[in-house]
This record gives sequence, structure tokens and C-alpha cells, in this order.
Amino acid sequence: MSLSPITTGHYLALSAALLLLGALGLLLRRNVIVMLMSVELILNAVNLNLIAFSQHWRHTTGQIFAIFVICVAVAEAAIALGILIALFRNRGTLLSDEIDLLKW
Amino acid sequence: MDPVFFYLFALMTLSGALVTILRRNPIHCALGLIFSLLGVAGLFLLAAAEFLFAAQILLYIGGVMVLFLFVIMLIHLDVHTLLRPYSRLWPLALATTLALALELAWLIRHGLPQLPPARNPLPSPAPGNTEQIADSLFTTFVLPFEAASLLLLAAIVGAVWLARKKEAAS
Repeated sequence: MSLSPITTGHYLALSAALLLLGALGLLLRRNVIVMLMSVELILNAVNLNLIAFSQHWRHTTGQIFAIFVICVAVAEAAIALGILIALFRNRGTLLSDEIDLLKW
Repeated sequence: MDPVFFYLFALMTLSGALVTILRRNPIHCALGLIFSLLGVAGLFLLAAAEFLFAAQILLYIGGVMVLFLFVIMLIHLDVHTLLRPYSRLWPLALATTLALALELAWLIRHGLPQLPPARNPLPSPAPGNTEQIADSLFTTFVLPFEAASLLLLAAIVGAVWLARKKEAAS
């Protein structure tokens, strides 16, 4: 059995699939923690894209950009989880459709 | 580049992502996400991004996912796993994702043939991946690097401030 060599297109298709799964999770789930995990999936799809093009053009700038994306993702996760802890203390729920303080 | 390993890591990535978005229990979701991130790390290694491979495992799996698991165990309610896990607007979510899928498929189908052909590999005594990244991170991108460090400092202070316990009103 021989498989065709992996091209940049393979990476792009995989990254698109990962982005779709992340977007589906973000829209579908009720639990806010799982929605945050879906955001991590989306950011990883972006990183995969950057790495694919970095390899396509043999240039490290894409990898530098991916480092910054990871950095922002880490900051986002820390802040969002802090907000969730504060929210859970005040409201006692983690379901996104029960968090409706600003809705009337 | 070995196609077998690419498909193996791709399978890990997608199956982990599916577990993440479909399981009821958030702990299972987090474990699925760890599996998926490991697959992405393997793909980084295949695409000759060794530094990012290490950063992905150390930062994402060792840092962010442990934080996620801590928070789930801190504020998880068992009652929540018995409630319906999906939003009531799931047909809308599926339709939006389907539209996005069509757009991405169109984009890849029409954009890929116009992509300029790949560069030739560098001559063999090229510097290592980490060395190249360090070279451009601390020369060309030194200002964004400092901005990122400031962002992380702000995130640390903000996370501690947000998650602290309220003192008793006195």
C-alpha cells in the first residue's frame, strides 16, 4: 500500500476540519467550560494552518506567529477560568443559557 | 515526511476533538482535548516545527489543560452532567457549521491551485529550528515579544484578582 505524499493541502484540510469541530462545539454546548475548550480547538486549527504555511515557504515567521497565538491562548484561558470561578461563586451555575444577567 | 504518521496524528486530532465536543462529562471532554492537542503536537513535529512541538506539550498539555482540570474539579456539579448537554438551538448551530464547512471547502478547492509551489528545502547545514526561531524572535520580533510578556503579566494579575475569595463585608 502506498500513500500519496503529504502536501500543504492536506494540512489545510485537516486544519479546516478541526476549526469546524471547534466551531460546532462552541455553538452546540451549554457548559461554559466545554465552550472554552472548543475555543482552544479553534486556536489549534489556526496554529496548524500557520505551521503548514511556515513549512510551505521554509520561513520561520509562521512559527513565531504561532508562539504568539499560544501566548494569547494561555492568557485567555487563565482569565476566562478566573471569571468562571467568580461567576460560579455568585450564580452557582455553569450553563450558558442560565447566565442571563444582561438579558431582559 | 511520512504519510502514515500524518494520518495517525490527524486521526488522533479529530477523534479527540469529537470526544471533546460530544461527551457529557467535562472531565472526559478535557481528556479528549488533551488527546487532540497531542495529535496537533505530533503534526508540528512532522512539519519540522520542533520548538513548537515542545511548547505545545509543555504549555498546552502541561499548563492550560491542568488548569482546566483543576477548575473543573473545583466548580464541577454532578447535577450538570444529568441535564441536557446541548443547546436548545442545535439546528441553528448545525446549519451555521454546515455553511462554514461549505465556505472553507470552496476556499480550499479554489485557493489551493493558485498557491505558489513550495520552496526547495534549505541547504543541509542550516541552523536548527530553535536557533532560527530565537534569532528572529529576539531581533525582528523583539517588540511583539515584550508586548506578549506585558500581556501575560496583566493576565496573571487579572486571574488572581478575579479568582480571589471575597472578604466578609465588615
